[in-house]
Order: sequence, then C-alpha cells, then structure tokens
Amino acid sequence: MSKLITLIIDDKQVEAKEGERLLWVALDNGIYIPHLCDLRMARRTVASCRLCFVEIEGLPNPVTSCTQTVSEGMVVRTRSPRVDRLLRTGFELLLSNHRLHCAKCAKNKRCELQKIAKERGLKLKLTRLRQLVKEAQIDESPGVFCYDSSKCVLCGRCIWADQEQVKVGAIGFIRRGIGRKVATFEDGLLADSICTQCEACVKICPVGAFYLKEDERKPYKIKKEC
Amino acid sequence: MNSVSPAIEQAYQLLRAEAQQKTEILKEKPVILLGTATCGRAAGAMSVLAAFQDEIAKHQLDVVLRETGCMGHCYAEPLAAIFKKGFPPLYYGSLDEGKARRLVNDYLVNDDPCYEFAMVALEPNDFFPTFDDYPRGIYEKRIILADCGLIDPEDIDHYLARDGYSALAKALTSDPAWLIEEIKTSKLRGRGGAGFPTGIKWEACKNAHGAPKYVICNADEGDPGAFVDRALLESNPHQLLEGLAIAAYAVGAKQCYIYVRSEYPLAIKRLKTALEQSTARGLLGQNVLDSGFNLEIRLFQGSGAFVCGEETALITSIEGHAGIPNHRPPYPATAGLHGKPTVINNVKTLSYIPHIIRNGASWFTSIGTPNSPGTAVFALAGKVVSTGLAEVPMGTSLRHLIYDVGNGIKDDKKFKAVQIGGPSGGCLPESSLDLTIDFDSLQQAGAMMGSGGMVVLDEDDCMVEIARFFLDFTQKESCGKCTFCRLGTKQMLDILTGITEGRGREQDIDLLWDLAEDIKLGSLCGLGKTSPNPVLTTIRYFRPEYEAHIREGRCPALMCKSLISYHIEPDLCSKLCNVCIGSCPVEAIYTRPDMLKGIYPDKCVKCNSCMVACPPQYKAVVKLSPPAPESPVGERGSEVEQANNPDH
Repeated sequence: MSKLITLIIDDKQVEAKEGERLLWVALDNGIYIPHLCDLRMARRTVASCRLCFVEIEGLPNPVTSCTQTVSEGMVVRTRSPRVDRLLRTGFELLLSNHRLHCAKCAKNKRCELQKIAKERGLKLKLTRLRQLVKEAQIDESPGVFCYDSSKCVLCGRCIWADQEQVKVGAIGFIRRGIGRKVATFEDGLLADSICTQCEACVKICPVGAFYLKEDERKPYKIKKEC
Repeated sequence: MNSVSPAIEQAYQLLRAEAQQKTEILKEKPVILLGTATCGRAAGAMSVLAAFQDEIAKHQLDVVLRETGCMGHCYAEPLAAIFKKGFPPLYYGSLDEGKARRLVNDYLVNDDPCYEFAMVALEPNDFFPTFDDYPRGIYEKRIILADCGLIDPEDIDHYLARDGYSALAKALTSDPAWLIEEIKTSKLRGRGGAGFPTGIKWEACKNAHGAPKYVICNADEGDPGAFVDRALLESNPHQLLEGLAIAAYAVGAKQCYIYVRSEYPLAIKRLKTALEQSTARGLLGQNVLDSGFNLEIRLFQGSGAFVCGEETALITSIEGHAGIPNHRPPYPATAGLHGKPTVINNVKTLSYIPHIIRNGASWFTSIGTPNSPGTAVFALAGKVVSTGLAEVPMGTSLRHLIYDVGNGIKDDKKFKAVQIGGPSGGCLPESSLDLTIDFDSLQQAGAMMGSGGMVVLDEDDCMVEIARFFLDFTQKESCGKCTFCRLGTKQMLDILTGITEGRGREQDIDLLWDLAEDIKLGSLCGLGKTSPNPVLTTIRYFRPEYEAHIREGRCPALMCKSLISYHIEPDLCSKLCNVCIGSCPVEAIYTRPDMLKGIYPDKCVKCNSCMVACPPQYKAVVKLSPPAPESPVGERGSEVEQANNPDH
C-alpha cells in the first residue's frame, strides 16, 4: 500500500501513497475541499456530511473525496458546475438546520461552516430554503464547556473523539431522521453522564455546538431548559 | 464429486417417494385448500375455516381441510380450492361462513358443486371456464407463484411431492462454479429493485478473500403497497429455503440469515416451521442429503426500520448496531457481514433459483426480454378492480397488466397514473401505458421496479398529494445520517405540504425540482438517492396539477382538503331526506326554511361523510375547488330566510 503514485488534482501533479483517501491527499497538497465529517485518523469514513464532492475523469457522477482512494493517473477536479451545485445545496441544507448566530457564537471566525462559505463564496444565510431549527437547549452542566445541539451539524466528530480517541463513550447518536442528535445515554445532562469533561469533543467540534464557556461572547438570550 | 452424487440422488429420491406416497393417499379424499395468508385472514378466512371445520365435523365427513397461502387473487379472498373426485377442481372466492357451510352441505355431501359461487376451474373441463379462458390467464405466467395457494406451507411433503428440493439435490452433485455460470447465463437480475445481475454478485462473493462467507435473504419488505415477499414467505417458504441453500453452496457459505421484518408474524411462523421440517429431513443443517455440505439458516427479525432493507443498513442491523447505511464500496460481496464476503438477495430472486437450476438457464432466458429475462411479480393495489399478486413475463405492457390482468379501474373511473416501485419509484401517466415493463424501461421512465408494488391511481387522486404522501414516508424513514436525505427530504416535504395546503409559491416547483435532483445525486444510500423519484415523476408528468394548486388554489382531483369546500346543490337536494344532517359529526349541516340543506363552511371539517351519506339517486353533495369564499347555499339560505320572514 505504500507504493507512491502520481495523480492530478486541479491541473496540479501530486504524489501520494496508493490507497490513501483523496480528500486528505488534496488537503496535504494545499488544495481545499470542503469537508466536515471525515477525520484522517478514523478507521472507517462515515461519509455523512456530503460536502466533499469532486469530479473524477472517467466517472459519470461526482463522488465524495473522503471515500475515494487515489490511484495512479487519476485526474481530479475539485470544482465543476455540478460539484458547486451539490455543495451549495448541501451547505444550505446544513445551514437550514443550524442556528445562525455567528456574531455571538463562541466559534466565530474559527467555524468550519464560515471557512467553507469563505472558500467557496457561499452566503451564510438561507436564500432558497426555510429555517428548520429546533428549539435551542444548551447543556451548561459541564464545568468549562457547553453543548448547544441547535448548532450541531451531526458530523459525528465528537462521537469519534469520545469513543475512539479518549475511549469514554459518554455520547452517541440518538433517534433517527430529522430527530437525530448527539446526546448522552437517555438524552440527559453531560454532567450526569459518564463524561470525564476531557474537552476532546470541544477541540474537535467544527462548529459552535461544543464550545468553551470562556469563549462565549455574550450571554445567550435564550431560555435555558436544563 | 461423482462418487458422492448417487448417494445424494438416492437420499433425495427416498424423501420424495415418501412424500408422494403421503400426498397420493390424500387425493382419494375430497380436499379443501383454504388460503389463510395475511390477505385471506384480513378478509375473514379464519371464521370461514372454523365454519368448514364445524360443518365437516357435523356431517362426520372424511375431508382433508388444509390451510394454504395466498393464491394471488387477493380481491376474492377468502378463497378456497375444492378437489373432489368426479368434478373439476374449482376455486371459490369471496367466501363467508354461510357459503362455507353450503359448500360442505351441497357439494361435499350432495354432489352439487355450487357453480354459482365458483370463480374459476383449475383444470380444463366441460363445465366451467379456467384461468386460460380469461385475459388474466393469458398474460400471467407463474413461476415463483405457481405453487402458492396449492401447497400447504406448513407441510414439507407437499413441496417435496411437487419435485421440491430436486434443484438442491442437483446442485449438490454439481460444481459450484457451474452453478454460478448457470445463474450468470440465465441473466437473472435481482428482484429487490435495482436489478443487479445475481450471478455476478455470487461470483464476486465466491472469489472474494475471507471466510466464513454469508448469504442473507432480504425479506425486509417495507414499501407501502408491496406484499409480494410476504405472500411468498407465507405461501411457499420451502422454495426460498431451497434457493438459499443453493446460493450458499454456490458461494461457499455455511451460514445464512433470513432478515424478515417482525411485522410479518405469520411469515415468521411459517418460516420457522419450514426450517424445522427441512432440518428434520436432512435438507438443511449438518450433512445436507449426505453430501457432506453443512448449512445453518437463522431467522433475524428486523425491528421496523424501512432503511434496513438497504443492504449495508441490513448488515449493521444484524451486527447489532442501529440500522444505518454505510458508504459503498466496499460492497457486501467483498466486505459485508462482520467484514466477510456476503451475498444479499431478495426473497423473489432466491425463489427463482430452484426453477432455474431445475429447468436450465436457456428455459429462463426464453421468458421475458433479452436484458431482463424471466417474470416480474407485481402487487396490484389501489383503484384497480382485481387487486392481488400478478406474475407476468418481463416485457408485458402496463396496459395489459392494469386492464387485462387487473381488470381495469374501479367504478369505471378514469385512469390517471400508476405508481410503481413504492416510495423509491415513480408515477407514470396514461401516455406510458404502452410501456413494456422491464428493469431498464422503468428506470428510463423515471420509475423503478422496486419491490413490485403497483398502486393504480384514478381521477380522484391528486398527484401533489401522492408525492407528498410518499415523501412523508421516506422523510420519516430516513435514518438521518447524511445531510441530503435528512434535511433535503424534510425541506421537500415542507414545500409539498405547503402546496397541498394552498401556501405554494410560484418558485416552489423549480426549487422542488432542483432539490430533488441534488438529493438524488448527493445522498449516501439507496433510500435517499431514490426518495425524490415520486416528486420528479409527478412534476415531469403532471406539472399542470402543481400549477393549479399554486396559481389558482385549486386541486383538480378535489382531494386536498385545504383547497376544497363542500356544497349542497339545491337543484339536486330532495328536501325530504335528512341523511346528510345525521351523518355530519360536527353539526355543520342545517335545514333552510325552504327545507333544502346548507353547510356552514366555518364548521365543516371536510370529512366527506355527507357525500358518502347522500343517497345515490340525488348525489346533491358536491366538492368545489377552489373553495367557495362563502357557502353559496348559506347566502341564498339567508336570503330566503329574509324573504320568508319579513319581520327579521
């Protein structure tokens, strides 16, 4: 698997190890592809955020670069009308279920959604779709951080960090469909769970769902239901 | 291999001879076969069964009464076949307790076959027409449904006596590579919906590295309006077990799973019985038919998630996790259950296997179309006269299927569309009626073979509402893992609900179309990728209906409650009848001074009761769309009131 191969991403010749995931090959070579859910260290790609689409010569449809392994002579385009359209729709869908609150958000200017919008020239507001956000329920029970499920984009990174990295197992996905969310067992408070408050989830969260209390700009004017 | 083959053949012949001897004795007596599959039970088969038992006991008759599965004619359930020496074997449909008692009294005791109750004869005779005398019989060609309803699914001897398990005996004496080659030559395509060539799947699994290998039968039939797999499991479970065993032998698997949804309790019961019986006869389990081949088949009950019909979700479900799909590749054929090579086939696909092995690949390719050989089984439902199961060769046109096999539209209404393939499929309009059915033609038209559900819609069905209904289903059944399916279906559903409730905006149709295309391309699994099909096909073929909802606030089919109002025609109302007033649950109907009836629009909940209640000779209740701003009758009523009572 360690054989070196060359491929072309956006007219740039790139060297990579055979079998590596295309997303990380591109990122390592300074070529940005929007992404939220994939982690370099994860054993299996979840492919759930559906933002990292690229076009590969010879394939009829855009593919997610996190699931695509590189091979010799592969020709990749990270931008095309179809890729841009899929990203625009996928991004707007995520925004439609994300409480837009940038100015007061703890992750302002460090948010992956803001980065994607900046890189691809997308608006951080809804242009076509309706806002679906559920009521914000902020869990402030841990000592130094908070969990705001209305900001969560369900990328699952925190669950990976919790279960695979620090091996605690305090959080996981519950429910399904539009009701799917990251929560503790029986959807209780983090402080009441087996959470060790190691902050691994805070470090890995790409948006403002898990954030440090010290980063909070101004107190939220939202009724806290804890 | 050759040294073992006589032993296998011998062991099988012995079993079959025993079974045939047993069933031969039965033929001496009158036999009643009563369909007690779920469709029959819903129509009251169990009380008919009790009536038969009671009446037979009363007359102390020596009659064999057996419960069988579904004969495919669900519209005529409860359905029984009666065999008596000296008479043609006859089907009796729409039975009730009274008819059951009369059949015993008049036919079994007194030799009058009650032709007035008979539906059709099973064999050509001089007295009564057979299926071949009806259009349905001409277009139908039964392979996997052939024995359904004619054998007792809980008695393995019935299946054995009809050469059941002979394909397994033949397979065990052959080389697995030959079996795969035979299935590849037969061009059998997966009947689960997508139509992937079964032989190629088997070959990929056989050649994949890793052991043990698994074969899984996907019996998680969740589409609204589809019931083919259920009927097969309830009517002929051994056919499936035989196919599963052949598949396992061909790919080198020793363990199989049948993933059956727990909403099919009767299917599970009959499958369990079938598994016990075939294991007891040495057709499954250790050393199958003395060939040295071991096979274990386990039942796994799904817990009700539609998405578990998707193969990667099905695998994670068996592994003990929440049923959530994973990205493909790797395909299950190379890395499936517990990361091992796994073949997943649908109930229908596996049910074809014994027939192909028994009759040869060339026999199979002689049926149907070159690229989709064989037959297709459809579950006819909706506004068609003869609902039920129909097995027709691929390449039959929709028109023949609906008008000849299904006997046309109920109540002589006008055909509007046919919804094929459940929530993953699409609605095809009248102009597509001459489309010949096979995997490729349906896909081109925007629909899908799916699980064989075929819902016929007539002029009273609103296409926007149909799209909303199916999207409501997929949205609720989305696992929520990927962005496009979780949020995209929700957004589309909100837009469609808005349109059916009169809140549609001009740009909504284009937005729906764009979203649908992106969800189709961007979703992770088959559920998301196919969920926009009902929306895409209804916009493609019925765009004017969407426009009528949005621009005029009018539902052309008078179905969307927010866009209609009820009204009583003064010219048609009889004045003297008060049926509508009695039927109204919310007291919205009143009697005017001139005795005509009126409806308060603000009180009316549009439950349709008055329309049903109004006697057919008047038909005075009508629906209006767009809704009348104020009840015209109410207005006129008050005018009349004023005219009659000048004091007010």
